[in-house]
Amino acid sequence: MRLAFFGGIYNNHLALATAIADARSRGVDAMWCLGDLGAFGPHPDRTCELIRENNISVVQGNYDHSIGHGLNDCHCGYTDPRDNHFAQLSYDYTLAHTSDDHRAWMRSLPAQQRLEINGLRLLLCHGSPRRTNEFLWESTTNTQFLARLCDDFECDVILGTHTGLHWTRSSDTGSGVFFRPPSPIHQVKLNDGGLKKTPDPFAFINVGVLGRPENDGTTNVWYTLLRTGNDVRGGRSPLPWEVEFVPLAYDHEQLAREMQDERLPDEFIETILTGWWTTCLEVLPSKERTRGRW
Amino acid sequence: MNVTEQRLPIIELGSLDELWFQVAGTRCNLTCSHCFISCSPHNDSFGFLSFAEVERRLLEAVEWGVKEFYFTGGEPFLNPELVAILERTLDFGPATVLTNGTVLKPEWLDRLRAAEQGSLYSLEFRVSIDGPTPELNDPIRGPRTFERALHGVELLVQFGFLPIITMARVWDESQDAEILGRFRAVLHLHGYDRPRLKVLPRLLLGAEAKRTCGYSASDRVTAEMLVGYDTTQLVCQHSRVITDRGIAVCPILIDSPDAILGHTLHDATRGFAVTHGACATCYQYGAICTNPSSRSPDAHVRTIDRT
Ligand code: SF4
Ligand code: SF4
Repeated sequence: MRLAFFGGIYNNHLALATAIADARSRGVDAMWCLGDLGAFGPHPDRTCELIRENNISVVQGNYDHSIGHGLNDCHCGYTDPRDNHFAQLSYDYTLAHTSDDHRAWMRSLPAQQRLEINGLRLLLCHGSPRRTNEFLWESTTNTQFLARLCDDFECDVILGTHTGLHWTRSSDTGSGVFFRPPSPIHQVKLNDGGLKKTPDPFAFINVGVLGRPENDGTTNVWYTLLRTGNDVRGGRSPLPWEVEFVPLAYDHEQLAREMQDERLPDEFIETILTGWWTTCLEVLPSKERTRGRW
Repeated sequence: MNVTEQRLPIIELGSLDELWFQVAGTRCNLTCSHCFISCSPHNDSFGFLSFAEVERRLLEAVEWGVKEFYFTGGEPFLNPELVAILERTLDFGPATVLTNGTVLKPEWLDRLRAAEQGSLYSLEFRVSIDGPTPELNDPIRGPRTFERALHGVELLVQFGFLPIITMARVWDESQDAEILGRFRAVLHLHGYDRPRLKVLPRLLLGAEAKRTCGYSASDRVTAEMLVGYDTTQLVCQHSRVITDRGIAVCPILIDSPDAILGHTLHDATRGFAVTHGACATCYQYGAICTNPSSRSPDAHVRTIDRT
């Protein structure tokens, strides 16, 4: 099987349309979106329409939950006043421009989804399987913790988004030393005499986002292809799956023009045009922050 | 009042996500007037942790799927094995060290820079400075500590780190924005062009309890207050602290005898009654000890049950 996974769209309907065409041209069997349709960009309804017209299944992100229920903010989990100021601007814009019909649909989305494909148990979520808006950054999430999540949630592969940066780690590519027996907390909870075994191999995949570039000075955005079964290209992957992160160029200048017309903040437009994040920086851990410009 | 009718506000350990190391015990080169565990050059109530002890706990933590490691004191860099300890920790996961920034040496930072670059994980420095001027900081932290800590920040920046400056709120909360703005400007002048800042509430414990009037009997969390409260906001719901006298429930209460829960992680997973005055500060401000990148998200977002 070939599956395409889109992370946060953040109203970037131009990147979404390009990604759908790109994934189709690669012969994918299905497309998924892991939530956060709104924020940041222009014309929220265009994203919702594209998603629904193309039958893309969606896991509900914190943004979709907030917009769907008309809450007063996005619950992205920012801690800094400046970050919250900008998050609120885009939230208020998105809420005001999302139709009631799309909002009702957002409320109906599942918080996570399980798929069983070629014998692999996939768990699709937004932030982490345990909390919609939990940030799992590459540099602050160790391999043993990922093993615990796969163990606790009884799956082989967890897919999420939320942080805005793609990455993956598997039992095969981690720091190597960590075979992890079931955690003692859960041993205590198990009454059937059996011990749960950490799935091996296991992986976490952050599929990236289509909404904005990755704070690396390039303007492209990212989505993820997952190949399983016979579609794993021989010799390339020692695992029973293969992950390909796809850099996607799209008409970012057109997006910037639309954002200008909608009077969205210059800081956001700068990010689209330069590839560097200008807001929401305070939640980044040191390694990820150091790689950026600001 | 009938005592048996009162339910205790017990917080169970939901998930052991962070393991703290009281790596310098209560030994510090400074004697800040607001130190909540009264650290000083002479306070030996808690001693240093050795490299071997930390390594043993790191291995134990693998089994638990612990996600992050924090190092505190006292002043961690007084422990002569700290650099080696941090290097080893970065094999296991992300490390955060809470320092006063006044004793850092270039040769240590050189090694730590290399260790972080060679690791999958982040090494975070949190430097405590209580305000943007010596006039605000020094009366609390000691003469010339502002200047010395800023020198530490300069060194960290030179070695490519982006320290998080943490400050205890020794001013009124309404002044936060103004003070943070002034602080950013000062840090810019010292070569730190993208400063990361975090304001912490003061804890009325230890030396700070003597300086102020401490907590009153009404500053208490009750079982009723926990109904509907997102307990993941409390550090004791997802952390434990290794000290040389046993494993403590949280980094804030190590001085309270009931906070030492046992000697193995297994013993230390039992729940804890959050009946201390400081617990009321945690209750009010939430997640005060963890980094912004791993802050427990807010209460309004649903937690997903296992499906
Ligand atoms: S507050 Fe920190 S720097 Fe000050 S005495 Fe206590 S441990 Fe030392
Ligand atoms: S002081 Fe805070 S972290 Fe410690 S036990 Fe009380 S509530 Fe929990």
